[in-house]
Amino acid sequence: MSRHYEIVVDRIRCDGRGLCAELLPELIRLDDWGYPIISPGPIPEHLMPLAERAVEDCPVLALTLRRTEQGKRASR
Amino acid sequence: MSTMRLLAGRTLSAGPEGFAEHAARLGHLPHAGRDLTEVVVRSGLTGRGGAGFPAGLKWRAAAARHAQVLVVNGAEGEPHSKKDRLLMSTRPHLVLDGALLAARAVRVKEIVLYIGEHHTIARAAMERALAERPAADRKHFRIAAAPARYVSGDSSAAVHLVTTGIALPTNAPAAPAMVQNVETLAHVALIARSGEDTGTVLVTMAGGVARPGVLEVETSSTIADAIALAGGATEPPRAVLMGGYFGAWVEIGQAQGLTLDPAALRARGLSLGCGVVGVLPGSHCPVCETAGIMRYLAGESSAQCGPCFFGLRALAEASGRIATQGSNSEDLQRLHRWAAEVRGRGACKHPDGAVMFLQSALSTFGQEFASHPAHRARRSA
Amino acid sequence: MPDTFLWYVTRAAGAVSLVLLSGVVILGLLSTMRVQGEGWPRFLTTGLHRNVALIAVVFLFLHIVTAVVDPFTHLGWGAALVPFSSYYRTFWLGLGVIAFDLLLAIIVTSLVRNFIGHRTWRAIHWLAYGSWPVAVIHGLGTGTDVWSFWFMLLTATCAGIVLIVAGYRFMAGPFDPLHTARAVFRGSVEKRELP
Repeated sequence: MSRHYEIVVDRIRCDGRGLCAELLPELIRLDDWGYPIISPGPIPEHLMPLAERAVEDCPVLALTLRRTEQGKRASR
Repeated sequence: MSTMRLLAGRTLSAGPEGFAEHAARLGHLPHAGRDLTEVVVRSGLTGRGGAGFPAGLKWRAAAARHAQVLVVNGAEGEPHSKKDRLLMSTRPHLVLDGALLAARAVRVKEIVLYIGEHHTIARAAMERALAERPAADRKHFRIAAAPARYVSGDSSAAVHLVTTGIALPTNAPAAPAMVQNVETLAHVALIARSGEDTGTVLVTMAGGVARPGVLEVETSSTIADAIALAGGATEPPRAVLMGGYFGAWVEIGQAQGLTLDPAALRARGLSLGCGVVGVLPGSHCPVCETAGIMRYLAGESSAQCGPCFFGLRALAEASGRIATQGSNSEDLQRLHRWAAEVRGRGACKHPDGAVMFLQSALSTFGQEFASHPAHRARRSA
Repeated sequence: MPDTFLWYVTRAAGAVSLVLLSGVVILGLLSTMRVQGEGWPRFLTTGLHRNVALIAVVFLFLHIVTAVVDPFTHLGWGAALVPFSSYYRTFWLGLGVIAFDLLLAIIVTSLVRNFIGHRTWRAIHWLAYGSWPVAVIHGLGTGTDVWSFWFMLLTATCAGIVLIVAGYRFMAGPFDPLHTARAVFRGSVEKRELP
């Protein structure tokens, strides 16, 4: 069984730089003020490399990848 | 349910009940250790700070993670709420008893009384009550002032102030501390003596009632009963705001039969919250009222998270525009869209509370929001 | 002649390093200023900033190694790491070593950023504002043809652009839209002293 991950944002650390939405538009879009809205649910396998890059490239290290538990919904 | 009451004893206007009087009326502090946790679990006591989390379960979790501080949350940042201040200024020894009992049950040595910085009477009463206590009890306590902001009462903000000196909500839950509301602990003081909860709650009646203020009511009482106890409505009401600014609007016909029971309210998708029951007089415009509260809540954002700060501000501006300039479809759509987007995207519950309040307004007063004319708001009491 | 060849490589690599490191500083400033445009996403600025820094390290490495092994200068390896320990142009070379040491700290912390946390990483990154000017002064002081026209022009151009961009970055107020609101709120909730 392959592992599934979700993207978690530290909302206090995030300051709306928007690199994550540029790198992973399939799962992340920006609200009217530039802050990320993340699609809930586990990250599809083929998008994992981009998700890892988005986490790595965040200038303020606000993103982390967290293992999803079976049946547990990811937070926004 | 026991027959004990939080506000039993001397009349409330006669000032704080002293230690001797408290002991004469209720007996000294019961010797209850860790088994008290199970008594509290069985009593079904839920928190009275707003979240309504079962107190006994909170104690079990705090003991399991070796909490080191008990924060007695008397910040009472909700503008209309007065119950915590009332308890501290008239029955301070109930609160101290509850705190000591909780601390022993959870094995915590340090207790912080977190009292609103402007609540001078309450603080003076608590200080005086502490001075009356034996040194062995007194040494566990210290007092910290809660800044007069809405989010100061948030659990993580309380802990942050106690540990670092700044009352800012944080991401992490209150790890080394257990936070419990003043009223919850007052209930504990009585549960430890009778083994059962009182079956009452404190509510603050506000808005269009003849005698606004704190009432202790049985949980089987309805909102209609509470309004009657508060001297009746000043004019036929339009709706009730159940639970304060993070609560929900309920149309008066539906509201009157609701019982002030935390579990019953939860079953209806409502919450007792901080116990404020705001009665909206029929002559007051619900749209303008909602816009005013949104403006207040937006201003109380701690500005740590973009979606909360900018989102609530935009929601307040849009609802304000509808209130002063009249309904328009763009602002109405924006309210729905932004509310859905902002929810859940802050570090603490502030944006969620504000958004759910707004969503209850949009659903209860949908007609009014859609066809609001431009007019100046009538200021409420 | 071998001596001259190594010496040319040292100076050339040094000049290239100067240009690249100036570029790195400019890209870092542009990152902070959150610049973006049509077809220029923000991750391009940060990505270039990182990659150009790594390329700069390669040229810096070449610059240092050729300088150390050049028999003319009689530098030991220690001189490359310990400031002011060389006999040859002690002061100016020492500045170069300082600039390099600071850059090393910045790069190492950036590579382990995930482990040391954002705050520590950021604090050390500020050393960049020390490293770059020291490197520029080192360049002006150590070269034998330092007063040649092309080198002066190169240095002036690089320094000029950096100073203009840096000037804008420090004048144009906080780039974080929450900066002021957060500070105002913080001020209102700091610990109250009880009488």
